[in-house]
Amino acid sequence: MDMKEIRVLEEGVYPLIQPLDIEEFRRHNRSKPKELVDKLMDEKTAVSNFIRPGVYVGIDLYGTVRCPMSILREIVRQRITGLKVLGRGVLDLDLLSAAGVFDEADITYIGLEVYGTSKNFRRLVESGRLKRLVEWSNAAIAWRIKAAAMGIPFIPVRSMLGTDTFKYSSAKVIQCPFTGKPVCLLPALIPDVGIIHVHRADRYGNAQIDGISGFAGELARASKYVIISAEEIIDTKEIKRRPDMTIIPYYLVDAVVHAPFGSHPGEMAGMYERDEEHIKSYYKDTEDEGKVAAYLDKWIYGVKNHEEYLDLVGRKRLEDLKIKESS
Amino acid sequence: MPSYNPTELLISLAARQMEDGTTAFIGTGIPMLAAALAKKCHAPNLVPIFEFGGTGASLNELALAVGDMRTYRDGFQASGICDIMETACRGFVEYGFLGGAQIDMYGNLNSTLIGTHHSPKVRLPGSGGANDVGSFCWRTIIIMQHDVKRFVKKVDFITTPGYLTGPGAREAAGLPEGTGPYRVVTNLGIMDFEPETKRMRLIAVNPGVTKDDVIKNTGFELLVADEVVENEPPTEEELRILREEVDRHRLYI
Repeated sequence: MDMKEIRVLEEGVYPLIQPLDIEEFRRHNRSKPKELVDKLMDEKTAVSNFIRPGVYVGIDLYGTVRCPMSILREIVRQRITGLKVLGRGVLDLDLLSAAGVFDEADITYIGLEVYGTSKNFRRLVESGRLKRLVEWSNAAIAWRIKAAAMGIPFIPVRSMLGTDTFKYSSAKVIQCPFTGKPVCLLPALIPDVGIIHVHRADRYGNAQIDGISGFAGELARASKYVIISAEEIIDTKEIKRRPDMTIIPYYLVDAVVHAPFGSHPGEMAGMYERDEEHIKSYYKDTEDEGKVAAYLDKWIYGVKNHEEYLDLVGRKRLEDLKIKESS
Repeated sequence: MPSYNPTELLISLAARQMEDGTTAFIGTGIPMLAAALAKKCHAPNLVPIFEFGGTGASLNELALAVGDMRTYRDGFQASGICDIMETACRGFVEYGFLGGAQIDMYGNLNSTLIGTHHSPKVRLPGSGGANDVGSFCWRTIIIMQHDVKRFVKKVDFITTPGYLTGPGAREAAGLPEGTGPYRVVTNLGIMDFEPETKRMRLIAVNPGVTKDDVIKNTGFELLVADEVVENEPPTEEELRILREEVDRHRLYI
C-alpha cells in the first residue's frame, strides 16, 4: 500500500454551511474571560446580545427532553430571521420552521417523534423556501461537534459510508493511511451560538444536568458563545460542593438566564413531565398555516416574556406537570 | 385462539428475534415494546441501549421520548450520544431496529425524502440515528408496513445502508465487516437476506397470509425460501404480558 499521498475517494456535494477556522476559534477561546463574571440576564438581553441574522445556532435537545424553549420563543418574538441551524430537532426546529427563523440547515432529523413528521418543516422544504439543506446522521452531527470541542479540524468515522446521506453532505471519504480502508472524514462544526437548557446553574455559568447529557457538554465546548437557561439559579457554594456535577464550566458560558419551566411544553428529568395536551393541540394546529400563525400570536407575540407565557399556560397546570415523587 | 391487533403481532414477532444476553439499540415505539416483551419472556438479560445515553433500563415504564427518564430508569448509566454511538461503533451492540418510508431488495432504507434532494415531493425527517444504527449494529431488524409503495425496486434516497449494491459492497464502502440487515418484520411476514446474493428472501408468513400475498405486495423480485413457515400468532401469555405489564397504560398498543 502506497501511503505517500492520501487520496480523497469521494466528496459530499455541498460546501460547508459554517466555514471552519480552527485558528480563529483558538484565538476566540484565548480571549474569553478567566475570572468569574456575572452573566445573569433576562432572555431578551441574552438573545439580542448574541443572536443576529446570519448567525449559526446549535440547540441542545432530546425528543421533548430539556428543550431551551423559552430562549427559542424569545428568538421568534424578536422576529430574527436568516439564521443557520444545526438540524437535529423536535419541538425547537418545528417552531423555528413555523416562524421562518432559519434558511440553511445541517440536518440529521427534524420531526416530532411519535406524533409524526414536522408539518412546518415540510412546508418550508417542499415550497423551496430553504436555501440549503445538508444531510448528516445523528452520530455525525454529534462527532462534528466533538471534533470542534477537541479543537481539531476533522474526525474520521465509520458512519454515512455508501449512502446518499453521505452524497448530500459536506463530508469526504479517504483511504485510511493506517488500514487502507475507506473512512469518512467529518469536518468540525463550530456553531456561533450554542443554546442549552439545564437543571441548575450559578450566575457565572457553571451548570449541572440531571439525566442524560446528550451532547450538551460537547456543544458548550464547540460553540463560540453559549447561552444557558436554567430551571434554577444556585449559589456557587452549591457548585463547589459538587464539582463532579458540573457538565459545563463557567468559562464556556456567555449568558445565564433564569427560566423555570423553560422546557415547556417539553419536560425536565426529575422535575416535570411534558405537557401532552399542549403538544397534541399544537401538533394538530400545525396542519394549517393559519392556525400556526394564531398559535404564534397567542403564545409568543402576544406575551412579553417567559413569565407571561407561564401565566398564560396557567400556574395550576404547571403545578400538575411537576413530578411529585421519584418512583 | 386469542384475538390480537396488528401492532401486537408485530411486537411479538420482533420480540422473538432477540436472543437473551445480547444488546439492542432501541428507539421509542414498537422496538421498545418488543424489547420489553422479550425481557419479560425469553430474554431477561437483554440490555436496552437508547441513543441519547440510557443503558440497561428495566423498561418497566415505557419511554415517550428517546431521551426521557424511562430510557435509563432502574438502569446502569445515563450518559450521552457520543458515548452510545461510540459503543455501537466498537461492536458492542448486537441488534438495531429501523423503519423507513422505502426499502429495496438489498435492505437499503429511505427515511429522508420522496422525489429528489433538489426538489423533494415529500420531505421526511431525515436519518437521525438510523444511518449509524444501520452502519454499526451487527444485526439490524427492520419493521415496516408491507406494500408496493414501500417495497420498491429503487429507493429515492439511501438514508441508511443495507447491503448497498450486493455482496461485498458494504465492506468495499468501508462499513464494519459482518454487519447489515438481518430480518424484515412486516404485517405480512418475515424476510431474511439470502447469504450468497444478500437479496431479501421470504422465510415466514403471518397467520392467514399466503406467499402470493407477500409477493404481490412487494415491488421487486422477492426470493422465497425452500421452506416458508407460518408464524405463530401472539400467545395468550405474550398478550397478557404486553397488555397487563409492558403497556398497561395503553400508550402504544
